[in-house]
Amino acid sequence: MNQAASVSGQRGFWDASGGRRGIGTWVFSTDHKRIGLLYFYSTLAFFCVGVLLGLALRLELFAPGADLFTPQQYNALFTLHGVVMIFLFIIPGIPAAFGNLVMPIQIGAEDVAFPRLNLLSWWLYAIGAIMALTSLFTAGGAPDTGWTFYVPFSVRTTTNVSLATLAVFIIGFSGILTGLNFLVTIHRLRAPGMTWMRIPLFTWALYATAWVQVLATPVLGITVLLIFAERVIGTGLFDPTRGGDPIMYQHLFWIYSHPAVYIMILPAMGVVTDIIPVFARKPVFGYKAIAISSLAIAGAGSVVWAHHMVTSGMSDTAVMVFSLLTFLVAIPSAIKVFNWVATLYKGSIALDPPLLFALSFIFLFSIGGLTGLVLGAAATDVHVHDTYFVVGHFHFVMFGGTGFAYFAAMHYWLPKIYGRMYSRKAAVWGWALLTFGFIVLYMSMMIVGVEGMPRRYYDYLPKFTFWNQLSTIGSWILVLGLVIMFVNIFRGLLRGEPAGANPWGGASLEWQTSSPPPLENFDHEPEVTHGPYDFRKAGL
Amino acid sequence: MSESSPATQAAHPKDYTGAKLGMWLFLFTEVLLFGGLFILYAVYLQRYPEGFRLGGEQLNVWFGGGNTLVLLTSSLSVAMAITALQRGRVRQTMGLVGVTVAMAFCFLVNKYFEWSAKIHHGIYPSSPQLKELPAGEQVFFSIYYLTTGLHGIHVLVGMVMMGWVLLLIRRGKVNPEDYVTLENAGLYWHLVDLIWIFIFPLYYLIL
Repeated sequence: MNQAASVSGQRGFWDASGGRRGIGTWVFSTDHKRIGLLYFYSTLAFFCVGVLLGLALRLELFAPGADLFTPQQYNALFTLHGVVMIFLFIIPGIPAAFGNLVMPIQIGAEDVAFPRLNLLSWWLYAIGAIMALTSLFTAGGAPDTGWTFYVPFSVRTTTNVSLATLAVFIIGFSGILTGLNFLVTIHRLRAPGMTWMRIPLFTWALYATAWVQVLATPVLGITVLLIFAERVIGTGLFDPTRGGDPIMYQHLFWIYSHPAVYIMILPAMGVVTDIIPVFARKPVFGYKAIAISSLAIAGAGSVVWAHHMVTSGMSDTAVMVFSLLTFLVAIPSAIKVFNWVATLYKGSIALDPPLLFALSFIFLFSIGGLTGLVLGAAATDVHVHDTYFVVGHFHFVMFGGTGFAYFAAMHYWLPKIYGRMYSRKAAVWGWALLTFGFIVLYMSMMIVGVEGMPRRYYDYLPKFTFWNQLSTIGSWILVLGLVIMFVNIFRGLLRGEPAGANPWGGASLEWQTSSPPPLENFDHEPEVTHGPYDFRKAGL
Repeated sequence: MSESSPATQAAHPKDYTGAKLGMWLFLFTEVLLFGGLFILYAVYLQRYPEGFRLGGEQLNVWFGGGNTLVLLTSSLSVAMAITALQRGRVRQTMGLVGVTVAMAFCFLVNKYFEWSAKIHHGIYPSSPQLKELPAGEQVFFSIYYLTTGLHGIHVLVGMVMMGWVLLLIRRGKVNPEDYVTLENAGLYWHLVDLIWIFIFPLYYLIL
């Protein structure tokens, strides 16, 4: 590489095009930072699509009765909203985008272990995404099954479910390859002195996530292949009239999709764990406990899948066992929350935008986690199952958790990648509106759910009108916050003040190289002599 | 495919341990992919022992046994190929990889005749004749076709992969000093063999 340019120039890896021109410098690049940005912009684009779909759903539900869409269109809309948000945004969002951008720098590596495989992962993601979008407009029209593709409806419906399942299979393959790549990278490419107990906790979280990705995603692969086979050649394995059992589908589906919740939330927790000590100017409280709790969540989270099925007709013993196991996941999650709060305690707190988003994360995720216990307990779950309470709960966990951590990561790390800073004031405004709108939007859903409004329904009884209207108004505030946030971020990254190598005063490796980093991340191979949160030894 | 910058390639020799670690992790995911089907097999066997027995009796143990022999031989030949390459015998390696490819082809031909015979008798998913049979047998044949079909696709992929490695050996890209690609292809091939070693008794022998 061109050593001289990267030392003197301010544009780092942006200048090193690898001898290609135009868009080829991006879509054929094997540099992990470029691939990370490809993921960042693709996931962001799908996030915006998902938000618009969600907004459309809320508009339809503003008043009882038929307003904007037909029931069929409504079913297609919520299916799309789910598929786009889950498979194209939340699951790849933090690990594939920010993991690729930051993880190799954090451990002092020049790149991931398999750079070309990394590029292939993004290509598979892009191909899967295009197939998913194609499935909306071709054959029988947009899938209307919900993102879970539950049988028997997914086998019988004439909409384009077959193509959508293949798309999910390919996107899953992309996730497996990313996870595999990260595992090998973290095992093999750490800089001298980077012991396991000196790895930044974001990378620890990615490590735990990668194991879940590798071990759970193949089950989704076979499940969607079975749906495909069921539709195309009529195998009948889930069809009771031919000896099959639809409950088996639910088991296979949730064996992946529950651990997938931890693919979504673990990297988010990692982001928050990296941000809090920096803005509290204190070493993180309980480093080992946080690192190990990531693995514990990954482990415990893989054996709780059937709590999604406590009303599906399993044996009482199974219901009780899975209910108990579900409670166990709360323990490592709570360890993390307590450690974050303990890190903040008596810290020298700088209320900068990344920390504000991280604080919102703790608050919203805790509400999401606690309402999760209500759903995990079989007795209360029977009451609130398939009501809007569930919808509120998982938006608190998914959006309030993963979404806010994604925004926190964006405010924390993008100045490193672009070398420029956004406006602090506008970021605070965006954060405030976003958090306020969020609570109005989803808290109303939880309340209307406890009152008895079922989820996925196109229409509702007039008595639910008030909370639905409040919820829809919340969605407008939230979207306003999103617009302010994105405009501010991108104006800053294009035209803002130079950020400097270490704008937040972090002690982990990514802040020890220039902003933006050079092509191979460091001008000299770094030697690690202290932990990632040891601000005093780092001379900060 | 793109290359990382030439300087990077020269400065960093291949990480063999890393490459094999990656392959082993990938093989885990393949085991889990088939694991889903084996779970279905276990659950439905418990539910329909009689239907599975009747179904299993209709499978031809000679076809299955022949394919087991073919696959075991091919695993032997690929293991020998790796040793031969380590000892610097390039021509012998190419011959042995060629044997592996030929064996994979034999497997697929054998499978073709086996499936054709079944389909000729009207036993295939959603065939009118199958729908007349009791539920247990319908489920058995569905799982049979899915599992062996997915395995057959893997044999095909392995065959293509072995052919590609053969090409790399001929071009000298895989050589006695740099043979991790052949080793990884060999690992994949052993996995394909291993999965069959579970399929064969479960479907052909014990029922």
